[in-house]
Amino acid sequence: MDLETILQLAGASLRLATPLLLACLAGLYSERAGIFDIGLEGKMLAAAFAAGAVAAVTGSAWIGLLAGIAASVCLALIHGLASITLKGNQLISGVAINFLASGLTALIGQNWFGMGGQTPQLQASQRFLGISWPFVDRLASVPLLGPLYRHVISGHNLLVYGALAAVPLTWWVLYRTRFGLRLRAVGENPAAVDTAGVSVVRLRYGAVVIAGVLCGLAGAYLSTAMAAGFNREMTAGKGFIALAALIFAKWRPWPALGACLLFGALEAIGIRYQAITIPGVGVVPVQLMQALPYILTVVILAGFVGKAIPPRAGGRPYVKER
Amino acid sequence: MMLGKTLAALAFACMAGAAAHAADANPAVIYDLGGKFDRSFNQASYEGAERFKSETGIAYEEFELQNDAQREQALRRFAEKGYNPIIVTGFSYATAMSTVAPEFPETSFVIIDEQVDQPNVRSVKFGEQEGSYLVGLLAAMASKTGKVGFVGGMDIPLIQKFACGYVQGVKATNPDAEVFQNMTGTTGAAWNDPVRGGELAKSQMDRGADVVYHAAGGTGIGVLQAAADAGKLGIGVDSNQDYLHPGNVLTSMLKRVDLATYNAMMDVKDGKFTPGLQVLGLAQDGVGYSIDEFNEKLITPEMKDAAEAAKAKIISGEIAVHDYSTDGKCPVS
Repeated sequence: MDLETILQLAGASLRLATPLLLACLAGLYSERAGIFDIGLEGKMLAAAFAAGAVAAVTGSAWIGLLAGIAASVCLALIHGLASITLKGNQLISGVAINFLASGLTALIGQNWFGMGGQTPQLQASQRFLGISWPFVDRLASVPLLGPLYRHVISGHNLLVYGALAAVPLTWWVLYRTRFGLRLRAVGENPAAVDTAGVSVVRLRYGAVVIAGVLCGLAGAYLSTAMAAGFNREMTAGKGFIALAALIFAKWRPWPALGACLLFGALEAIGIRYQAITIPGVGVVPVQLMQALPYILTVVILAGFVGKAIPPRAGGRPYVKER
Repeated sequence: MMLGKTLAALAFACMAGAAAHAADANPAVIYDLGGKFDRSFNQASYEGAERFKSETGIAYEEFELQNDAQREQALRRFAEKGYNPIIVTGFSYATAMSTVAPEFPETSFVIIDEQVDQPNVRSVKFGEQEGSYLVGLLAAMASKTGKVGFVGGMDIPLIQKFACGYVQGVKATNPDAEVFQNMTGTTGAAWNDPVRGGELAKSQMDRGADVVYHAAGGTGIGVLQAAADAGKLGIGVDSNQDYLHPGNVLTSMLKRVDLATYNAMMDVKDGKFTPGLQVLGLAQDGVGYSIDEFNEKLITPEMKDAAEAAKAKIISGEIAVHDYSTDGKCPVS
């Protein structure tokens, strides 16, 4: 494997990791505030549909993006209503959102466009296209730096860079702002936060809405940047891989970036090399690469590589003392 | 008053006539997992059925699968309801067809892409290797880098048949050409994953391919999209896909599933239905390549002449295109 191939793989990993990263950070905000979110997949799917459909109708990727975020936030608010206000089971609410999104997108899509749940194909002007950075061609002759600049740094679309920027931003919000401190506290010990006179309900709704916005970006990325239109079930389990990455990263932003890049790289390698021959082991089938994110997560959960401890108050609705 | 009665009688006669027809031909189509609107294989079948409907005025029933487990169930339910003929698109129906067809000996069944030996089943197969050979030839002539790609859907002998014909066409035109081949997956989901299809095409174009042919149903939409995004050329399959990205789809390997669907419905309507194996190759116009207003600038006169010459030679038997599904091997790679 030469340098050029490795750099191309790195570029592909970045593209494939972007939706995982956005969804993973969405889960991070929500779960750090004590709201488990199984519904990442459903929110992404709804956002992908809304973005694809609205971009096709209005002809603008940006309006599509806003519609995607709006759809995702709506579902997030339903999740919030069920699990915060009504104190329901968060896992069941999340599963319900997945089913709701899966059914609604196909139904509405068929009703609006009559194409079996797909949305019309988007033109180039209705999508987020890759941006070529300046001096790509002039730098091409520079060894190492030239190809690195061309394949890894330049040529992605806005949402990829946005997702990468969201990582330090999330770190800063969580660990350097008052809101972040309270958010983390509400996921560990909501009673203490309440005693300090801060509204648990408002904080948790805030976290859930942020998760909705991030899932909206992830969904819009799928239908208006990576592909050109929405397909039924186009998220294909990415929401669950993002959850796996979240556990793998032990609910921290920088490791989340690492986990998502790792899972993205596994997918990129699996796509490029259908079967990999490892000396001494033999041929590794592509299915193993696809299953690796889940296997790694199970290994982590089993406690072989350090301990993954979820936020202490996660999954439990907060009930004020009487 | 008189006029009203006459009209009513006329309307009644028309309805009776229609009912009599419907008893003869009451066709149904069951699509495969790629979905009715994959702009490719299943959609071709849909278009054939639509043509039948518009020409004869006879409506048809249809069903889109949600998962593999529904195949036998859907087939049996349509047979029980008395639909005739029942057309299924896709090799995956072979097992279900072998089970259900003997239970309804009066019903005519049609299976596309696979052979089922039952007295009431017509099996339609295509000479995909011949059509793929021609688009391989065109790809090799259009390529500037001497590198071309192929993205298949599910890794099965049928798709290897496409790949093998394509490689033979490329190598016959340019023996030094390099062909990258990728399959999307090993399950039915591989027919409907455009994101993965796009990544596969990108990885081939990163390695220098400038023409990418897909035989991947709905997944191929992503392949053609990626080729168009990169300013390279894609090649469509099954249906004519030239219109998807005018100027960036070199041609499409036409597989006339629409014709097979239409003919089956017409044959039952006219009482001429014949069971048994039908193979539609170049000679029967069952496969071919497309030229229309969207790609006429991409196909130079030399390319067209070469393709037409090869087509004539294949029909006359001068060029024998190897069929992968006969021995599970491809002579070139």
